[in-house]
Amino acid sequence: MTKLEKLSEGSWHYRMMGDIFPDLLRPSDALIDLYEGGTPVVALTPDLIYSGGLAKFYEKHPDRVINTGLSEQNTVSMAAGLATTGATPWVSGMSAFLALLCNEQIRMDVAYSQQNVRFLGHHTGLAFGFYGSSHHATEDIGALRSIANMTIISPSDDNQQYAAMMASKDYDGPIYYRTGRGRNPEVYEEGSFTFEIGKAHEHMKGDEVTIIACGMPVHPSLQVAKKLNAEGHSVGLLDMATIKPLDVDAVLEAASRSKVILTIEEHNVLGGLGSAVAEVMAENPGNARLIRHGIKDEYSLIGPPTHLYGHYKLDEAGIESVVRDAMK
Amino acid sequence: MTSTQTGTVARNDLRPTAEEIDLMREKARMVRLETIRLIMLPKIGHYSSVFSCAELFASLYYGVMSVKEGDPDWEDRDRFTFGKGHAAIGLYPILADLGWLDKDVLDGYCSLGNPLGDHPDMTKVPGIDFSSGSIGHALSNALGMALGARFQGKDFTAFAMMGDGEQQEGQVWEAATAAVAKKVNNLIAIVDNNKYQLDGAVTEVNDIGDIAGKWRAFGFETHEVDGHDLEAVTTLLRRLKADKTRQGPACVIAHTVKGRGIDLMENETGWHLGYLTPGDSEIAAQEIMSKEI
Repeated sequence: MTKLEKLSEGSWHYRMMGDIFPDLLRPSDALIDLYEGGTPVVALTPDLIYSGGLAKFYEKHPDRVINTGLSEQNTVSMAAGLATTGATPWVSGMSAFLALLCNEQIRMDVAYSQQNVRFLGHHTGLAFGFYGSSHHATEDIGALRSIANMTIISPSDDNQQYAAMMASKDYDGPIYYRTGRGRNPEVYEEGSFTFEIGKAHEHMKGDEVTIIACGMPVHPSLQVAKKLNAEGHSVGLLDMATIKPLDVDAVLEAASRSKVILTIEEHNVLGGLGSAVAEVMAENPGNARLIRHGIKDEYSLIGPPTHLYGHYKLDEAGIESVVRDAMK
Repeated sequence: MTSTQTGTVARNDLRPTAEEIDLMREKARMVRLETIRLIMLPKIGHYSSVFSCAELFASLYYGVMSVKEGDPDWEDRDRFTFGKGHAAIGLYPILADLGWLDKDVLDGYCSLGNPLGDHPDMTKVPGIDFSSGSIGHALSNALGMALGARFQGKDFTAFAMMGDGEQQEGQVWEAATAAVAKKVNNLIAIVDNNKYQLDGAVTEVNDIGDIAGKWRAFGFETHEVDGHDLEAVTTLLRRLKADKTRQGPACVIAHTVKGRGIDLMENETGWHLGYLTPGDSEIAAQEIMSKEI
C-alpha cells in the first residue's frame, strides 16, 4: 500500500489536483498546441507548476518549463532576457503577485523594452477565497492598465482562455491573461466561436441596460440577462474579455442604444473595466447612465469564493438585484 | 581601428598582448573624453560612475566579448546587460566606435528626441542588449539570455555589469540563486566595486559587507581583480568565458576607483552627478590625456 492509498476518502494530495479537478486551469492545452505548432514557448513559473495548471505541459515538454522558485521578480526579468534570444516566454503566477509584486519588472523589462512576454495571472479576483485577502487580485487590471504597450485579457471561461491564448500566436507585444481558477462554468462551447484580441463578444443587445462584464461574472450575467429578457425586459450583454485595448466601438454602440451601461467585474471599481468604460463614455458623451459594479475600493473579506461572490453580489442572484436596481 | 573576436579564444595564453593593451587603454581614454564632451549638452551626468568602469568597458568590448563591427544584431554575439545604466554615456562612444551608432546621434546625446538618454533604451539604441534604468534587473536579464543560448543551441556568453550599491537590491540575489540552481556557465557577473553610491560611501549608506564572500557563498566562481588593470581584467574575463568545464556562473569583483582619472573626482561623493564647465572640462581632458591608467 502506498502512502497515498492509506489516505481516507476525502483527503487529497496536492500533486493529484490535476486528477481530482480535471478541469482546473487548463493553460497547458494552449501551451502544448502553441509549442507543437511551432511557437518557441518556454513557460516560467515561481514554484507553481501544479497550482498554475502547467503540469500537463511540463509532463509533455519538461525541457520547456523553467521553475524559478520563489523569485517572482527575477522570473519576469529573466523571461524578458530570454525573449531577446528568440523564445516566447509565458510567465505563470498568481495574479496578486505577478501583477503587483512584479509590476515594475513588467513595466521596465517587458513593456518598455518591448518584449513579447505573455503572462498567465491565475486565481485572479476573489478566486483564492479563504487564502486571505493578500491573495485576492482586485487591483491587477488597474496596476497594469496604465502601462503602455500592455494588453490585458480577462477570459470568462476555459474555452475562451484557450482561444485567447492561441490568438497570441502572431500578436506583437506583451499580454497579461487574467485567469480564474478553472472552475468557471462554460460560457462558450469549445470551438464554437472566434476570439479576436481587442473585440468584445456581443451576446445580446439591450435597450434598457447593457451589461459590460469580463471574467468570472460573465456567466452569471448571461443567465440574468436571459431571465430578464424572458420577462419582457431588454437587457444586453457584452463580454469585454479584452480590457486593453478596449473595444471602444462596442462601448459607444451600447451607450447610444441603452439607457444604462452597467459594468460588472471581479475587481476594484477603481482602475478596472468600469474605469476603462467610464473613460470612453466621458470623452464621448451619450445618453446612457453608467453604473460600475464590483469591489467598492475596499479589501475583500475572507471566505470560500462562492460565499464571496454572494457577498459582493457577483453571483447570479446578486447580479440580478443589481440589474433590476439599474432598471428602476 | 577596433579589435573584434569571434568564438572561443584560441590562444593558450589568454593574456592580452602589449598592442592589445595599448588599444584598450586608448579606448578607455576615449570613453572618458567622450563622457566629458557629451555631458556638456545636458549639463548633468554621471562622470564618476563611468570613470570607474572605463577599463572594464574597454576590456569587454575590445578584448573579451565576441562582437562584430557594424553588426550590433549578430546572433552569436556575446550579450551585455548593464545594471548601473546611469553610466551608459560611457558605453555610447564604444557603440559608435564599433559602427553601431552614427556619430551624429552621439553628438545629440540627451537632446529632444535623440535616442541616447542617461539610461540606455534597447528599443532606440543599436547595440544595447537590454534597457536599464531600474537598478537590480541586469543579472536576471542576462540569466534569461544565458538560458536562451541553451534553447537556441548557441554558445554565447552573457555578461552583466552591476554597481556595488546595486548589491543592495533583493532581485540581484534572486537572480544569483537561480543562476547557480540552473547551472548556467555562460553567465558572468561583474561588480564595479567603486565603493560609492549617490548618497555617499556604500559602507555608510547601507553597508553590504563582504561582496566576494557573498557571491562565493551563493555558489559563483568568484574572483577579485583590480578593475583598472587591463591585463589582469582581460586575462581573467577571457579565462572565465573560455572555461566550459565550470558547472555554474562566475562573478568578478572589480575593485575600482569612482572618478578614476581625474583627481578632483576620485572618491569624491558629490560627483555621482555633476557638471564641469567648458573650462574645467578642458583641464580634466588634459589630465586624462596626460595620464596612463
